[in-house]
Amino acid sequence: MLEGKNNNILFSDEILELANRIISRYPEGRQKSALIPLLHLAQAENGGWLSPEVMDKVAGFLDIQPIEVYEVATFYTMFNLQPVGKCVIEVCRTGPCWLNGGEELLAHFEKRLGIKPGETTPDGLFTLKVVECLAACGNAPVVQVGITYHENMNPGKADQLIADWSDGKERSHTNPYR
Amino acid sequence: MATQILLNNIEVPGLTGIEVYRKLGGYAAVEKVLKTMTPDEVSAEVKKSGLRGRGGAGFPAGMKWSFLDRKVDKPRYFICNFDESEPGTFKDRHLGSLNPHLLIEGMILGSFALGARTSYIYIRGELFYILNILEKAIDEAYRSGYLGENILNSGYSLDLHCHPGGGAYICGEETALIESLEGKRGNPRIKPPFPAVVGLYGCPTVVNNVETIANLPWILQNGGDAYAALGTQSSKGTKLISACGHIRKPGVYEVEMGLPVEEFIYSDQYCGGIRNGNKLKAVIAGGSSVPVLPAELILRTDRGEQRLLSYESLSVGGFESGTMLGSGGFIVLDETACIVKNLLTFARFYHHESCGQCSPCREGTGWMEKILQRIENGRGTSKDIDLLVHISKHIEGNTICPLGDAAAWPVASAIRHFRQEFEDHVKLQKCPLSR
Repeated sequence: MLEGKNNNILFSDEILELANRIISRYPEGRQKSALIPLLHLAQAENGGWLSPEVMDKVAGFLDIQPIEVYEVATFYTMFNLQPVGKCVIEVCRTGPCWLNGGEELLAHFEKRLGIKPGETTPDGLFTLKVVECLAACGNAPVVQVGITYHENMNPGKADQLIADWSDGKERSHTNPYR
Repeated sequence: MATQILLNNIEVPGLTGIEVYRKLGGYAAVEKVLKTMTPDEVSAEVKKSGLRGRGGAGFPAGMKWSFLDRKVDKPRYFICNFDESEPGTFKDRHLGSLNPHLLIEGMILGSFALGARTSYIYIRGELFYILNILEKAIDEAYRSGYLGENILNSGYSLDLHCHPGGGAYICGEETALIESLEGKRGNPRIKPPFPAVVGLYGCPTVVNNVETIANLPWILQNGGDAYAALGTQSSKGTKLISACGHIRKPGVYEVEMGLPVEEFIYSDQYCGGIRNGNKLKAVIAGGSSVPVLPAELILRTDRGEQRLLSYESLSVGGFESGTMLGSGGFIVLDETACIVKNLLTFARFYHHESCGQCSPCREGTGWMEKILQRIENGRGTSKDIDLLVHISKHIEGNTICPLGDAAAWPVASAIRHFRQEFEDHVKLQKCPLSR
C-alpha cells in the first residue's frame, strides 16, 4: 500500500487509516488523485476550513507541491478558506429553488441569524453560505448542512434547524465518509 | 403503465441491499455476460440498442465505446459521471441513492466490455451521503464475488471505487471530470485528443452518465433489439425526466421516449398539471442550458404537431422555435414566474461555475449577470436587451467546452420568446411580476 508521507499530526489514527486506504485506490505514482477526498478529510479534521498550514500539510502528506493544493482548494466551492461556524448552512439559490421560495428562505435565515451570506455569527455557531444547484430541485427549496440535505424547506423548518444546532455541541463539517 | 427499465423496483423496501436486489433479478446480467459473452459481443448489443448518452449530449453510447483505443498497450478506464449539477436535473441522485446496485452492475458490464480493470464513480462532493450508500453497496458486491479478482471464475477482475468532487458544475464535462479525478482544477481539456484515446492518466477512457450505465443490465439481459423496440425512431428506450417548478407533483419519472409533453405535464400519472390551477407560461425541458420555450411551443411545434419527449421532437424548429431533451431536467414556470429573474439565477449560476479558462465565458457570463440584475431591478435600458443578445452570440461557439454555449442559450432564447417582458421591465423600471 502506498502510504501518505509526513503526516505531522495532520490526521488522527482513524482518519490516517482511511486516508491511506483512499490513496491506495489510485495507481502508484498517482496519489495526487486523492487530493480532493483528502481535502474533505483535512477540512473536517480542522474545524471545517482549510488554513494555509493545513494545506501545506496535505501537500507534504501526498508528496506534492503546496501550490498544487492551493490551486485545487481555491477552485472547488466546498472548501472553506476562512474559519467557519460550528454549523454551516448552505442555501441553494438557483432557478428551481428560487421558483419555490428559496429567496424568502434565505432572507429568513439572514433575519434569524442576523448575518449575511458569507458571514459567521459572533458566537461562532453559524455560518451562512449561498450555493448553486444541489440537484434536489424536485424538493425545493433545499438547504445543505454537512452531508445532510434538508428539503422542502420553509421558515418553520428553518427555525427548527437553527434550534437543533444552537447548543454548539457538534460541528456540521465532520468526516463525510460514514 | 409504461415500460419501466430503471425505476420498476425503486420503491421496494431494502433495495439498496444486495439481497433484495438479487432477489429481484439483480446481477443476472453480470452472470450471463461474464459466463457466456465476449467483450465485443457486449459492445455490439449496446450499439444495437441505440442507447444515447443520458447526461445531456445524447451521443450514441455504443459509438462512443467504439472510439476507445484498443490497440495501445495501456490500462483502460471506465468512469461513471455522477457529477449531476445541471439546474433542474436530479434523476441520477434519485436512481443512485435508491438503487445503487443497478449502477454497480452497469459499471461491471461496461468495464468488462471496455476491458477496464479499475473503474471509478465520480460523484459530486455535495452528494457525499450517496457516495456512502454506493460504497456500502460496492463492499457487498465485493463480498458476493461480483467485484475483485476473477469475478465468477470468468478470469475477469475489476476494482470499483467512488471518488468525490469538491463542488464544481464544470466537472460534469468529461475532460474536466478527468482533470478533477487526477487531483487538479476542473479545467476542460482541448479536444482532440478525445478521452477515448488520451483520458485518465493519459490512458484510453470512456466516461458515461449514471442513467446511461444503469440501462446496461436491462439491455444485456433482454438484448439490444428489445431495447431498440422501445421509444421512437431516433430516441430508443426510456428516459428519466426530473420534473420541478410550478407543477403539482414534482419528482423523477421514467417515460418511454415519445410520450407527448402535454400528457407529461397534465396527466396525474406524471406532473399532475400546474399548481394552484395556474396557467402554464414556459418550460425549460432539458436542464437550465437548453432554450426556454413558451407554453404554445412546448406543447406543439411551430408546424402544429404535438411535441413529444424525444431528442428529435423537442428539437423540431431548431433554436428558433425548438429546444433540446438535454439531461431531462424539466423546469416548469407558471404565469407568476418572471422570465428575467429566472434567467438571472441561471446567469449567476454559469458565472459562478465558469472555470475561467476562456475569456468569452469567464467575462461574458459575469457581464450578462450584471446586465440582467440591472434589468430585473428596473435600471435597465432597451440597449441592454440587445447587448445581452450580442454577448451571448460572442460566447457561443468560442470556448473550449460547452459551458459557454450552455450559458448563452438560455439568454438568447428567453429574449427571443419573451422580449416584451424584458421591455416591460425597462419601461416600468421594475419587475412587473414582483410581489
